[in-house]
Amino acid sequence: MPVKVSMTVNGKPVAAEVEERTLLVSFIREHLRLTGTHVGCDTAQCGACTIHMNGNAVKACNMLAMQAEGADILTIEGVAAADGTLHPMQEAFREHHALQCGFCTPGMVMSAIDLVKRHPKPTEAVVRAELDGNFCRCTGYHNIVKAILDAAPKVAAMR
Amino acid sequence: MFVRSPHAHARIRKVDLAKAAKAPGVLAVYTGEDIAKAGINGLPCGWLITDVNGQPMKEPPYPVLAQGKARYVGDRVAVVIAETYNQAKDAAERVEVDYEVLPAVVDAAAARKQGAPAIHDIAPDNTCYVWALGDKAKVDDAFKAAAHVTKLEFVNNRLIPNAIEPRSAIGAYSRADDNYTLYVTSQNPHVERLLMTAFVLGLPEHKVRVVAPDVGGGFGSKIYLYGEDVVVTWASRQVNRPIKWTAERVESFMSDAHGRDHVTTAELALDKDGKFLAMRVHTAANLGAYLSTFASCIPTILYATLLAGQYTTPQIYCEVTAVFTNTAPVDAYRGAGRPEATYVVERLVETAAREMKIDPAEIRRRNFIKSFPYQTPVALMYDTGDYQATLDAALKLGDVAGFAKRKEEAAKRGRLRGLGYSCYIEACGIAPSNVAGALGARAGLFEAGEVRVHPTGKVTVFTGSHSHGQGHETTFAQVVASRLGIPVEDVDIVHGDTSKILFGMGTYGSRSLAVGGTAIVKAVDKVIAKGRKIAAHLMEAAEADVEFAEGVFKVSGTDKQVPFAQVALTAYVPHNYPLDKLEPGLNENAFYDPTNFTFPAGSYVCEVEVDPETGRTTIESFVAVDDFGKVINPMIVAGQVHGGLTQGIGQALLEGCRYDPETGQLVTGTMSDYCLPRAGDVPSFRLDTRETPCTHNPLGVKGCGEAGAIGAPAALINAITDAIGVREVPMPATAETVWRALASQKAA
Amino acid sequence: MYAFDYQKAKSVADAAAALAKNPDAKALAGGQSLIAAMKLRLAAPQALVDLGSIAELRGIKADGKHLVIGAMTRHSEVVFSGDVKKAIPALAHLAGEIGDRMVRNMGTLGGSIAHNDPAADYPAAVLGLGATVETNKRKVAADDFFKGIYETALEPGELVTSVSFPIPKRAGYVKFKQPASRFALVGVFVAETGSGVRVAVTGASPCVFRVPEMEKALASKFAPESVANIKLPAKGLNSDIHASPEYRAHLVTVMAKRAVQAALG
Repeated sequence: MPVKVSMTVNGKPVAAEVEERTLLVSFIREHLRLTGTHVGCDTAQCGACTIHMNGNAVKACNMLAMQAEGADILTIEGVAAADGTLHPMQEAFREHHALQCGFCTPGMVMSAIDLVKRHPKPTEAVVRAELDGNFCRCTGYHNIVKAILDAAPKVAAMR
Repeated sequence: MFVRSPHAHARIRKVDLAKAAKAPGVLAVYTGEDIAKAGINGLPCGWLITDVNGQPMKEPPYPVLAQGKARYVGDRVAVVIAETYNQAKDAAERVEVDYEVLPAVVDAAAARKQGAPAIHDIAPDNTCYVWALGDKAKVDDAFKAAAHVTKLEFVNNRLIPNAIEPRSAIGAYSRADDNYTLYVTSQNPHVERLLMTAFVLGLPEHKVRVVAPDVGGGFGSKIYLYGEDVVVTWASRQVNRPIKWTAERVESFMSDAHGRDHVTTAELALDKDGKFLAMRVHTAANLGAYLSTFASCIPTILYATLLAGQYTTPQIYCEVTAVFTNTAPVDAYRGAGRPEATYVVERLVETAAREMKIDPAEIRRRNFIKSFPYQTPVALMYDTGDYQATLDAALKLGDVAGFAKRKEEAAKRGRLRGLGYSCYIEACGIAPSNVAGALGARAGLFEAGEVRVHPTGKVTVFTGSHSHGQGHETTFAQVVASRLGIPVEDVDIVHGDTSKILFGMGTYGSRSLAVGGTAIVKAVDKVIAKGRKIAAHLMEAAEADVEFAEGVFKVSGTDKQVPFAQVALTAYVPHNYPLDKLEPGLNENAFYDPTNFTFPAGSYVCEVEVDPETGRTTIESFVAVDDFGKVINPMIVAGQVHGGLTQGIGQALLEGCRYDPETGQLVTGTMSDYCLPRAGDVPSFRLDTRETPCTHNPLGVKGCGEAGAIGAPAALINAITDAIGVREVPMPATAETVWRALASQKAA
Repeated sequence: MYAFDYQKAKSVADAAAALAKNPDAKALAGGQSLIAAMKLRLAAPQALVDLGSIAELRGIKADGKHLVIGAMTRHSEVVFSGDVKKAIPALAHLAGEIGDRMVRNMGTLGGSIAHNDPAADYPAAVLGLGATVETNKRKVAADDFFKGIYETALEPGELVTSVSFPIPKRAGYVKFKQPASRFALVGVFVAETGSGVRVAVTGASPCVFRVPEMEKALASKFAPESVANIKLPAKGLNSDIHASPEYRAHLVTVMAKRAVQAALG
């Protein structure tokens, strides 16, 4: 029996009838066609599906769409400014070559924004420890860590 | 949704599809029998190995859906095609398979024992081939005369590649023009198409388009033609609908081709001064249940040939026994044979140095190859290198001089600090095709490139290399832009589509720039040559007097010149054009078949600390000095090294595929049990490069994609064994493994 | 995952009624273990009763003697709570060791202890601090709550509503992570409370347990060396590809020592 779900995604109200078992990530990717949020594992480890719900980073593959009922959702598509100017975290990833294949990148960026929100002046050790919910198989994390350290003060200055 | 065997080895008595076929949303259900009836062949192996007796390797059929028997956990038994993913998954559970479970065998040694269950009828002893390289008698003699022999026995642990994007395939058939399109996560779409059309489906090649535009990492696992790709392509015509399949991560673990899995006994003979006299290596290589696309050449051609390393060891003998087991097929994974070879050489060298009480850097110096070209006893001819330079640079960058002090300081904190080196050699860009062919390759190993100059002077480059994170779009554009003297923004790189690119061999073995880049350079040079003719006409000069530099054709010794864009425009608007001598247009293609491998090399220095209470190892410092020849884009090269090192560290510390030896179940089947490196598991790396340009390609480049994964494991294990004072620690050196090694050392 | 019915509960009473009515229904808290298990088709509840909107289940209250944390309080709220950091810093630290940041933003205290994964962190704190688990029906002492592997004292239709942690003199939690899953290979929670010393171990056996011998030794002297030579028998401890029982037994001693050190600051 389908259920009604509604939420705000990247500032726009959305509503749909979905199967109860619809994961939030499937709702985002398949119903809303926002395919920037990726699915890399079945066990909520890789973090490619990371989005923000009510300002907190969560793994969209490990929750039901219904658990986001009424929530304010931000996906990678909503991170850059309306005029296309990249978010400082995205810009730092670009500047530091912090992505190779790019598959983990949307989740990595969403996680990184949340990370510097909670730790506005992180050390390298903090960044490395706090990235343990995001796997990257290409970069060896080296440039991702560099990018996040570089972006942290810029993201802090946004607020 | 693929129905996969839950058993490692089982006879398929009967498959009942009735319930699944009636499930909601189901369009079709097929089994191996349907595949056989449709005349679909098995998946081919691309390299024929001839064994020590001159016999061809055993090549059992590798059906796209299992026929008669399932041979590993995850073997495809049936496929359910439905409207939605959930419907397909629900229906797949209603496929009733009557299995007769057979005894299973998962490791190479057990598979060769008398009485082991035979996996394929044509290989009753589970042996695919026994292959050897080198002069055994001479090697045996050298060992008899040796002052010292170092012998090690170890396992090169099986790895599961785990690109973060799971494999995916969409097959689409168009009745209007009788064409198939396969969108697939492939590292080499042309080879995939060739194998699928010519060998498996028997379709006309020109009726099949394979597109692999934006692939999320590969590391080898996406080189191969997989059964899933064949099934969605074929079935899209049967159901007359596009069909999409995406692996769940558990399917990736079960069914992506795995890597490594060697059991090796290795010996090094030395004279009293630590000079290497000979090396003797016996390896059992686990190939898994079937021969994957390049499986057979990895533990042979790409392994034994690298055992000279950076050293002048005059005699080397290597014998490889390749074995079938009830496990996922094993094929190339980042480094492919070369990490295994480096591990053998660098563990032996380091251990020998410790046993003979010679400084490990010094023993390497005494044995380095110093003059080039150098013919190794294992078939390769190194063109260039400077191993002393990379080692010296690494020792300096790693502040090896200050190690003793750091060790002392660590001891005060109750930590055991260790230092390990690894000096690797790599052979990239397998070549030339005729030599590879003589060694058993069933494909060419060239690359193709096309340079299309548009009327405005902008350029589209089509390459048969494939980018799935390597940044070819940047590096190749740099190469073309600088050669043509135009802005890099004016160059676009197109790859990954058989309908656009004339041909391609794809990306693997760190070959893209050395082979694919060279093909592009050759095409660019043809463009310039034709442009020179056009420019000569425009400037009314002799062609021989026209020179090209920085985007401008000039008549030497005069101020006459025309820019590249004007020449391009003239080629497409040939109003003032030598139509009697020259075709209009400015579009050139080229194929490049290298004359030799390229030989990147480098020196790695790793420092670790071990917590003796828990056995946990932390990497305190990792230094890598590589010689990749000329470097086009240092940032991309560094990125490749970072990633490679991390996969190498993963192999040494964290990753290890485990099958249950009794049941053949995959125990490390999710990311909760198979440990991939996280950001906190690796340090920030310190890198440097040295440069001895490759002598046989115009760019002077060698390849950088696999180096880190090749060199890192030995450096790390050398550091851990140094820290805890034991001879051998198996990979992955988990905390408990190291803790046990410490305990046994204490007991001794 | 298999299809199921879904209901968003409006209150504890509403949720309890729904669960009581349908024995094949399961309560959905943060879902970080449950949804993952359902995706792998290892769990197949006929219905889910979502507790996510029940405001009364969320929040942290401190009264000087106790810290009361609502069942639906997210791990990250505990990590960053000033009250928790002040009253029981070891608890904030423990919550920060669970899963990863994204999991901590969804996962809940109630969900964790009701699930009682043998390698979960929270059970060590609940047992180690001698907390009281409050349900919609009763109060259950920690010593009576954790019954076995994935098994608790909760009856059908019974929901954890909050946990009341007595504020200890000092406490420490040190965890040796299973490298892949980040669950506890072994985690030890040590607390010195008004009523004595408690040592609780997670990850090592099918269910969280106390180590009376260590508690006794620490009661006479609260110092790392008091537990340094107390070895647990390996027999009965968990065995898997990540650690043998012998190694886990060894780690219990090492982690206990370090937890005492952490408690001492």
